[in-house]
Order: sequence, then C-alpha cells, then structure tokens
Amino acid sequence: MKALLGRDLRLAVRAGGGFGLGLAFFLMVVVLVPFGVGPEAAILARIAPGMLWVAALLAALLSLDRIFALDHEDGSLPLLATAPLPMEMLALAKALAHWITTGLPLVIAAPVLGVLSDKFGRKAVLLPGLASSAVLSLLVVSTGDSILLAFVLAGLGLGTFALHQIMQAAVLDVVGRGTEATAVGLIFGINGLIGAASPFLVTLIINHAGGLSSIFYYSGILTAISAVVVVFIPLRPSREVKPNSG
Amino acid sequence: MLTGVSFQLSPGQGLVLRGANGLGKTTLLRTIAGLQPALSGRIEGAGERAGYASHADGIKPALTVAETLRFWADLYRTDLPDDVFELFDLADLRDRPAGTLSAGQGRRLGLARLAVIGREVLLLDEPTVSLDAFSVKRFATFLREHHLARGGIAVIATHIDLGLDLPELELEPHRAAPEAQGGSDEAFL
Repeated sequence: MKALLGRDLRLAVRAGGGFGLGLAFFLMVVVLVPFGVGPEAAILARIAPGMLWVAALLAALLSLDRIFALDHEDGSLPLLATAPLPMEMLALAKALAHWITTGLPLVIAAPVLGVLSDKFGRKAVLLPGLASSAVLSLLVVSTGDSILLAFVLAGLGLGTFALHQIMQAAVLDVVGRGTEATAVGLIFGINGLIGAASPFLVTLIINHAGGLSSIFYYSGILTAISAVVVVFIPLRPSREVKPNSG
Repeated sequence: MLTGVSFQLSPGQGLVLRGANGLGKTTLLRTIAGLQPALSGRIEGAGERAGYASHADGIKPALTVAETLRFWADLYRTDLPDDVFELFDLADLRDRPAGTLSAGQGRRLGLARLAVIGREVLLLDEPTVSLDAFSVKRFATFLREHHLARGGIAVIATHIDLGLDLPELELEPHRAAPEAQGGSDEAFL
C-alpha cells in the first residue's frame, strides 16, 4: 500500500495529472468572484464561505475521475488488481494520495491560519508564513523529485491559498472606514499586474539565468521581499487583541 | 464467449492459446487471472499465484524505467532482481522517463514487470506486440530459462511462433444462445 501511495504522490507531483488544475481552478474562482460581485467587503464577506465551498467542490470534481480513469486508460488497473493487495486497500491508497495532493493543503491552511491571525494579530502569522514560503520555494529546487517534494509543495500551497486571505484582512484592518472597497480593489489590481508580468519575467530569467529552477528562486525572492516588507510596515493588530501583543 | 475449454498445466509447462480475433482469448486469460468470473466451470491453482500481462503495459510516462520496476517490486513485495535490466535490454534506459520510450521499449518494460513480480503462473496476452525479432527472441529466452525452467507456468495468447515448442490449444468459435449473453459483472471493462 505504501508503494502505491508513493507512486500516486510522485505521479501527481510530476505530471500534474489534473492535480495542479484543481488548485488553479480554485484560486481562479477566489480571484474572479470579487471582480464579478463588486468589491464591497460586506457582501463579499457574506457570500465568501458559500463561494469557497462551491469552488472547492468544483475543483474536486475536476480531478476526481482521474483517481482511477488514468489507471484504467493505460491498463494499470488490472495489473494493480492482481497484485497481492486487497482491493479495499488499493482504493484507499489511491483516494488517500488524491486527498493529500488536492485536499490537504487547503484543509490545513485555511482555518488554522485564519484563526491564528485573528488571535495573535496578522503580522504574527503573515511573517512566518511568508518567510517559510520563501524557504520552501528554494527547497523545491534542492529536493529533486523525492516524496519530500510533495510535502514541500503542500507547504507552498498552504502559503499561496491561506496567506492571501489574511493579507487582505490585514489591509482591511489598516485602511480607514469607508475605503475598504478601494483597498480590496488595489489588492486585486496589484495581483493582476504582478500576475501578468510574472510569466514574462520568468521567461526572461529562465533564458538568461538558466534552468527551470530559477523560477523557484524568483518566486522565493519575491516572497522573501514581501516578508521583509511585512516586518517594517505597521499592521494594526485585530480589535480583540490587547495592544501590547502586536 | 468460450465453452468447453479445459486444460491442466504442471510446473514448468506452458500453453499457447490460438484462435481468431475476438474469440475470447483475452476473456479466458482475464478469467484465469481472477479479473472476471467464469459463467460456469472451475479454475484452480491460479488466483494469488497468477501474474497477468494485458496488451496495455500500464506504464506511467512520468516514472523512469527503474522507478517503474521498483514500484512493481514493492507492490508485490519482492526484491528487484539485478539482472532484470540486462534481461530485457533496458540497462541503458534505466533513468529514462517511461513516457519517452518507443513502443517496443515500452513493451519490454511492461514485460520486465513479469520478471519482477515473482508470480508462478504467467498469463500473457499478445506479449510480443510491437517487439522486434531480436526482442521476441530475448523474451522467449526469458520465458524458457528464467520462468519455465524454474518451475513456472505460462499461458500465452499469441499469433506468432515464439520458438518455445509449447503445446497449442486451438480455441473454437462458439455461437452463444442469446439468453446466455450479457448480465455479467466484469471488472474494468
């Protein structure tokens, strides 16, 4: 069972196999919904949980059939079925591998970091989160293609998905009443700008700095910069927290 | 659908299944492997000892040749034999992602799995498809010297002569009564 779990994790990391697609889809919905609904924080806050669930469900649907469909197409399934592994364990191993690669990052990330940021102030969560994301980006280069890479990527996913929300919350904490919409708009504007520029920058870096691994250096450095920025800008702690803990 | 098929093999014996396309050779092999139930009759002694090789090799493009064989060894809880790469002419391809192999090379990797999983009863469905003459000879040598000579059993559905001098079973077409068809719960078809 360990062998099958290891294989499926490795395949998910290497070939995508729909695994990246689900996460990308999820991220796209999260980014696009505020554009469609309009940037009023009150409305967004109200529909956010529902949207997140629907997006997560659709993202899961995207990759769900691939748990077995790929093995069916290339003929692995009968070969696995004749292995000395009970069919239940086979299904369990495959489902587990699928969940680790698609569900786990989100499951761990979102609630834990959300609660932490409300409790200890945004900075206390953002800073370690960004710093560890930067380190993880660099780790991607050195871990090669071992199973460890799956965990490094899971950690990166944690940063990408959960920190984003907290960063937005931090901005809303800082800006004055009545300007929240402008702030949210600005966040997405900057997001879009960097998102559009990144592919060109990355191509440039790959061509001139050499190697695919330079992408991870690039994203690592960007994350490190944002971590440094977070250190120096004053973020007001959440209202529930005593002033001296921020 | 096949009826009236009966044979018995002792350790070290092989059998070649002959018959036209669509006659039921694959069905017969899958039934022996336990992948689908027989409508009637008995199969004894295969079960957990059977290793099945269909015409699809179940190769994952993202895994290298060595990783693929290592996976099968781990899954079947066997040791990866050192000579398996030489045996199937894969030594130079060891670290190549399986997705970059040619059809024949991929087939050799699929067949190499049989040397790894340590099953006594090999059920081979058209094992030589897309192999060149040299590779066919190599595979026949593997079957003779590494499998049959060590007390293994092989049932092979093939249209070519492997040069193994095995007894042949000519399967006859059978017209099934309409009510006997359908309603099976075959796995993964």
